[in-house]
Amino acid sequence: MSMCDAFIIGGSAGSLDVLLKVLPEIQPDIPFPIIIVIHRKHGADSLLPDLLSSRTKLIVKEADEKEKIVAGTVYIAPSDYHLLIEMDRTFSLDYSEKVNYSRPAIDVTFQTAAEAYKNKLVCLLLSGSNADGVKGLKTVKAWAGKAVIQDPESAQVAYMPEQAKKHVEIDRILRIEDVAEFINLLR
Amino acid sequence: MELPVVNDEQVEILLSDLLEQYGYDFTGYSRASLKRRIIRLYSLDKALSFAEFRYKVNNDSAYFKRFVEQVTVNVTEMFRDPQFFKTLRETVLPKLGTYPFIRIWLAGCSTGEEAYSISIVLKELNLLHKSLIYATDLNPSVLEKAAQGMFSLGQMKQYSENYIAAGGTMDFSGYYSANYSLAKFDEELKSKIIFSTHNLVSDHSFNEFQLILCRNVLIYFDRDLQNNVLELFDESLEDLGYLALGTKETIDFSPINKKYKRLPANKIWRKVS
Repeated sequence: MSMCDAFIIGGSAGSLDVLLKVLPEIQPDIPFPIIIVIHRKHGADSLLPDLLSSRTKLIVKEADEKEKIVAGTVYIAPSDYHLLIEMDRTFSLDYSEKVNYSRPAIDVTFQTAAEAYKNKLVCLLLSGSNADGVKGLKTVKAWAGKAVIQDPESAQVAYMPEQAKKHVEIDRILRIEDVAEFINLLR
Repeated sequence: MELPVVNDEQVEILLSDLLEQYGYDFTGYSRASLKRRIIRLYSLDKALSFAEFRYKVNNDSAYFKRFVEQVTVNVTEMFRDPQFFKTLRETVLPKLGTYPFIRIWLAGCSTGEEAYSISIVLKELNLLHKSLIYATDLNPSVLEKAAQGMFSLGQMKQYSENYIAAGGTMDFSGYYSANYSLAKFDEELKSKIIFSTHNLVSDHSFNEFQLILCRNVLIYFDRDLQNNVLELFDESLEDLGYLALGTKETIDFSPINKKYKRLPANKIWRKVS
């Protein structure tokens, strides 16, 4: 039985470079979805899926509300909405207040996914300059999921993974060059 | 506090209470968002136990009011998604301008920022005098705020930028007067807006419109409720009228979609049959 039903990546400043390095190396037959929540400027829409799509054979798309989350697909949180995971493993969108000055907020996706996927969830927090995602990782751990961070020393902006390391019991700390292999072996 | 303080079963208990006690039906709302907001309120108000929280919602009508206000999302902006307002200004409203009278329904208007935005565009197109905007929400307290026409002055820079990006060419600050930390919008803009309660879940069609806007409301509803509400809009829309939804919303999954044609690059549909 697979140990991972969903892999969620959260990141802020300095995380796009990591994604661009990691995605091309992800095997196209991974048996779980990859969900990406990164902070970006409001309005800088649709470019991100295209950019990421050009680097991988996996299907890359913006998450739609009510969409069923399926394996082998890379979903990106649309800009200016929070991305939530329902218990039936579909997406919901929410235009409520910003969390940690961010919408989408990583915490919101991690927290709702934590309960939907429980011990079959792996969340990775990348480079960034605020603490979004840290509370979310705590919730993931509380539901027996796994918390993984980018090695702060390899991060363009170390604050986000550092905060996670400080406040959450982290399962793995990964250097950029080890991220893809880690994901590929989660089966 | 890592595990949620209110669990799924308790959410369902609250929802059936609300329906029984107050006739407010939230059972068709998407759960993840609703639950998150219930937990947020529970923590914000430092509830001592679920039993106490539930008792207050059921027996304290002021608290019930707060509950509805807090669990529904009331975040909005003036000229949000400027591109959308540009299309309204350049395509939709000029078409409707050929009618003798324009009736617009803004469903889920929250604190009114969009209603005033539409009013500004109508005024600039010289159509305000023959228009009527019905701005509705299920939540009486946000409507009270909307009717005051006062928004935070600190937001005006953003709104002014939105206005310009939406094709506005006037001096945006000419539409309000600064009053301490608030911007009070001109009475004239309000003169053609009727603020009124309407619950999309339980209330019926109340008029026929040429334009219905309901942006970022359907995302909170499950598919069945979305379809019911889209049927309600269809019943309330004249032939050749327009229906406008939020950036991430669609009529594609509803049976009404056969009657509608989408405007390119926008979440605006025209009723063609």
